[in-house]
Formats: sequence, C-alpha cells, structure tokens
Amino acid sequence: MTQTDQISFETVVREVADAVIAATDELTALDRAIGDGDHGLNMRRGFQAVLEELPAIAAQPLPQALQTAGMRLVMKVGGASGPLYGTLFMALGKTLPENPSRADFITAFGAAIDAVKARGKSDAGQKTMLDVLVPVHEALSAGADAKALRAAAHRAAEATVPMLATRGRASFLGERSIGHMDPGARSAEIIVTAAADLTEYAS
Amino acid sequence: MSSRVGIVIVSHSPDVARGTAEMVRQMVGEEVPLAHCGGNPDGGLGTSVEKILAAIDEAWSEAGVAILVDLGGAETNSEMAIEMQPPERQGRVVICNAPIVEGAVMAATESWGGATLAQVCGAAEELSAA
Repeated sequence: MTQTDQISFETVVREVADAVIAATDELTALDRAIGDGDHGLNMRRGFQAVLEELPAIAAQPLPQALQTAGMRLVMKVGGASGPLYGTLFMALGKTLPENPSRADFITAFGAAIDAVKARGKSDAGQKTMLDVLVPVHEALSAGADAKALRAAAHRAAEATVPMLATRGRASFLGERSIGHMDPGARSAEIIVTAAADLTEYAS
Repeated sequence: MSSRVGIVIVSHSPDVARGTAEMVRQMVGEEVPLAHCGGNPDGGLGTSVEKILAAIDEAWSEAGVAILVDLGGAETNSEMAIEMQPPERQGRVVICNAPIVEGAVMAATESWGGATLAQVCGAAEELSAA
C-alpha cells in the first residue's frame, strides 16, 4: 500500500466510524420504532472497536485491513448487524486487490453485497440495509460520482419508509412496520455517505 | 470428554440463557456437555460471537454440538461462530430450528439417551412442526 492510499483508507474509515457514532441516537430512535432499539448502541460499540485499532488496521494492506475491520464488527457489535456489516467489509477485503481500480471496487462491492444477502438470507425489497446497498451498487456501476452516490443512498433509505418489513426484527410488526425508515437502511446510508469520497481516490 | 452431543443455549438475555440451562440440568444432570451465553459484549440484551465461540468450546464433544437460539441476531451470530470453527469441527456444530427452551430440554434429553447430533436436532425440531 502506498503512503497516499494508507492515509486515504485511514481517513475514510475514520469518517465512516465518526459518522456512525454521531448517529447513535438517531439509529436507536429508528430502531426503537420498529425493532429492539439497540442498533445505534450496537453500531457505536462496533465502530469504536475499529477506531481503537485503526492505526494498526490501516498499516495492513487494503484487503487485510478491510478483513480485520470487518472481524472487529463481527466480534463487537452484538446484534445481527455485526455479522452483516462485518461480512460486507470482510467480503470486500477478500475480493479487492491491493491497489483497486474503480472497476475492481464495483466488482468487489457486488460480491460483498451477495455475501450479505447469503449471511442474512435476504434480498432487496425486505426493508433492510440491502435496500440501500443494492441501489448504491447500481449507481456506482452506472458511473455515479461521490455526490450522486450520496443522493442514491439517501433516496434508497427514504424509500424504505413505505416498505413492509419481511426480514429482521421489524418483520415481527407486520404492517405496523410501514411508515418508518429501516434503521439498517439508514446506517447503510450513513456509511455510504461517509465512504463516498473513496470514489474520488479510485479511478 | 463426554461422548454425548453438547448443547449450547444462545439467548439475547443472559437470564433466559441461564434459566434455560437450569431447566436442562434438571432433566439430564451433569452428563450432557452444556454451555449457555446471553447478552451483547457489554452485557446488555443481545448476543456476542465471542461468547458463542467460548460456549461452543465449553460444550464441545466429539459427537458434535447442537445450538439452540432465540431471535434473529442469536441465529446470525451463531452462524458466524460456526463458520469460524476449525476445519475438523465443520459439520459437527449445528443450529437446531426449534424454540429455545423446549428445544434445549428436548435436545439435551435426546443427547443424554445417546442420540447422534442429527437425532438430537431432529427431536428438537419436531417441536416446531407440531
């Protein structure tokens, strides 16, 4: 990994972690409406664990760094979102080369989304984080820049409001899940928004 | 090491996990390897891959380990812990699709009687079908 890549990776991960941690109360409130109300605290615990080890993580080559960060989330989040986001990062790390091009990233992101689908036995349309990740991947594949990616993530999270949850804790509520944004979709939006700058580094 | 199938109980609540384990012990005594865990890494409601890994080690038996879970995150975190098992344990740690309390008691009773891992899980899963 070159010095520039190292700084950018560390910066991006720090921005993602800071954004997730700053949204703790918002994610908790969303989850309290249609879930068990722990999503904000769980995500904060996981990303704090990543931040604590960030210098050591960022010193690793990109594929290993992503896998290490993903494993921290798996071990520390304490809810289903740990294995789900952990799998996203670990699968990215497994698929990405050390110095990825934009095309490499699109391929790896697609593979990582497939891994999340398998882990959660889920797909887009069930009112989950996948309802943000899938449209963001489509936008990225279609050539979106950072600004367009943020817009796509925001639209996608908003689009979960009228959805009926058929996977995750919100599915227990049946039709009462309609009218609320999915907390996992919102955390995915926050992560994509903070990480969108990556597209400015990769060409 | 016991030749009987080990039982692991994974609940979001440490109290539910402990209470379920007590009910299992009442049925089968100390002869079935049994471990339980509950709570997120900070001890609040939730589940922890780290704790599940430790519970699998504690209840490990050459006959395998059957895991009983309560809600979604317990299952997802248990699946993660199963994937992280060493190659020689793969296929010998499984999640039973059964209600946690009744399933754990039923599975442990089968294990106590000398049943295989498939039979132990099958007996617990019949509860869901009924």
